[in-house]
Amino acid sequence: MRALELKANEIRQSIIEMLTAAGSGHTAGPLGMADIFTLLYFAVLKHDPKNVDWEERDRLILSNGHICPVLYATMAHAGYFPVEELLTLRKFGTRLQGHPHRQTLPGLETSSGPLGSGLSQAIGMALAERMNNPYSAKYFYCLTGDGELDEGQIWEALLLAGKEKLNNLIMIVDRNGIQIDGYTKDVMPLEPLAEKFASFNFDVQEVDGHNMRAINDAIGKAQAVYSQPSVIIAHTIAAKGVDVFERDFRWHGNPPGKGPEDRVPRDKQAEVALQKLRTLAGMIQSQDHS
Amino acid sequence: MIYMFASHLQPNLATETPKKAPTRAGYGEGLLEAGKRDQNIVALCCDLTESTKTDAFAKEFPKRFIQIGIAEQNLASVGSGMAAMGKIPFIASYAAFSPGRNWEQIRTTIAYNNSNVKIVGAHAGISVGPDGATHQMTEDLAIMRAMPNMIVIAPADVHEARKMTLAVAKHEGPVYFRLGRSDTPTVTTPESPFTIGKAELMYSKTEGREKNIGIVVTGSLLYNALMTAVELEKEGLGVSVLHMATIKPLDTEALLKLASTHTALVTVEEHQIAGGLGSAVAEYLSGVKPTRIERVGIKDTFGQSGEPDELIAHYGMDIPAIIEAAKRLI
Repeated sequence: MRALELKANEIRQSIIEMLTAAGSGHTAGPLGMADIFTLLYFAVLKHDPKNVDWEERDRLILSNGHICPVLYATMAHAGYFPVEELLTLRKFGTRLQGHPHRQTLPGLETSSGPLGSGLSQAIGMALAERMNNPYSAKYFYCLTGDGELDEGQIWEALLLAGKEKLNNLIMIVDRNGIQIDGYTKDVMPLEPLAEKFASFNFDVQEVDGHNMRAINDAIGKAQAVYSQPSVIIAHTIAAKGVDVFERDFRWHGNPPGKGPEDRVPRDKQAEVALQKLRTLAGMIQSQDHS
Repeated sequence: MIYMFASHLQPNLATETPKKAPTRAGYGEGLLEAGKRDQNIVALCCDLTESTKTDAFAKEFPKRFIQIGIAEQNLASVGSGMAAMGKIPFIASYAAFSPGRNWEQIRTTIAYNNSNVKIVGAHAGISVGPDGATHQMTEDLAIMRAMPNMIVIAPADVHEARKMTLAVAKHEGPVYFRLGRSDTPTVTTPESPFTIGKAELMYSKTEGREKNIGIVVTGSLLYNALMTAVELEKEGLGVSVLHMATIKPLDTEALLKLASTHTALVTVEEHQIAGGLGSAVAEYLSGVKPTRIERVGIKDTFGQSGEPDELIAHYGMDIPAIIEAAKRLI
């Protein structure tokens, strides 16, 4: 678990570096989801970065495509492509499109960006798999945002997953409480969210989205649920790991260098973020890490 | 008088009242047939299984049929997910709702992914009739034609709809096709050729004529176009009718040939004159062979309740309206 936490920290640093190089993109969501992506790619998923079309792989469907910097960074660290390529994010000719495009980067299961359609695609895959192989051991992990739950299509999809009792479907909601225009509780209140999912015939768990052991246990339990689809509401801190960015919705859609200036001046934002991460927010004082 | 219909069409078209059947029935037959040939074919529908004629497939292959409920956005993306796992989904609803309501889901999760999903837009056009304008989809060709990777087809009659469905099932990649609710004159035969992307010359008599009109038609109005040819023939005009079942990709070779051998063109479609077949023809010819074109179709207005024939006449797509359009060019 300690090794995973350190890996997540490296991935956060890559996220800061790639967003800074790109000069645009989303910061809060990717940093907040780094622990979950690390756990998935380094401990949970059946996958082979050197054989991306391996038929028996689990499928990870990222529905809120705007947090793709964390997906790209984790894939690179897991060996799908060179870490150096991360610096091409959002640049002309890149495989790392501003929002993921399945056709350009091997290893992506879907294209996403417009919110609310990933769960439907995951359901389609899970349904097809059940038709193809009733003894399948594959899982279909669908990651969504919480602001994304405003989309009507999500609720169409939840109805269908409940109806079809898709036990191979595990939805993970990034419950960071923010969206572009503000806090989710102000833009469009979602609570009581767990009760909503339960009423759609989902198995519901809530976890600390930064506690590797808790997330791992929740995924293990979700895999074991036999009679219904599962959802894990992962409570995360937006921009987790860089304390001066955390919990601030203004970091949703801005990269370091273009974020709010009242706590860190723009020309220092990337540097401060990287230093916070390298020193684990000041907990490591050694000169080597400054 | 000798009328120069293509030899594979129904006999005595000029003199006898044709049989009629809806194109959706041809789709239903074709889907069942394709489903028997290929077990990867699955059907998804939004609570319109009988009226889209997906019911025969659903009855024969209940485990390969997914009832999505009234949720067209979900329909499109679930289809995309199934295609990602090797299935060949036919996703069916009324064209007003799919692609009407779920255009973005089709764009992002089907077209952008180049997913092997077949989008079935039933009850397209104004001939839906009494249901009124909300259900009369007259903009589908425009919105689907603009989408990269998408093939767009409008079959003319029940036989062509069946053959098209079989061809679409074998084609790898996203396809949209529209079907009509009401009975459409049966013009082609089971022997008539159908190839995706290929226009068929259904009538042609131009030799020795001073002025020739080329009619380019798609879908349900093929019969009206052919009867227009018969009437113009009687008046000594040369006429050809090119049936452009595939609107995208346009058969530019056939179109250029038609434009090069005729004085002017009339386009005919049960669709808005903006963005559909007429626009596609004009776009192409404006660059290579500027040609005078009259576009027959709905002129920037919504429909209303009525019987199909009344509506086709009222909105200017019946035989007299096409004749009039042709005469404006002479």
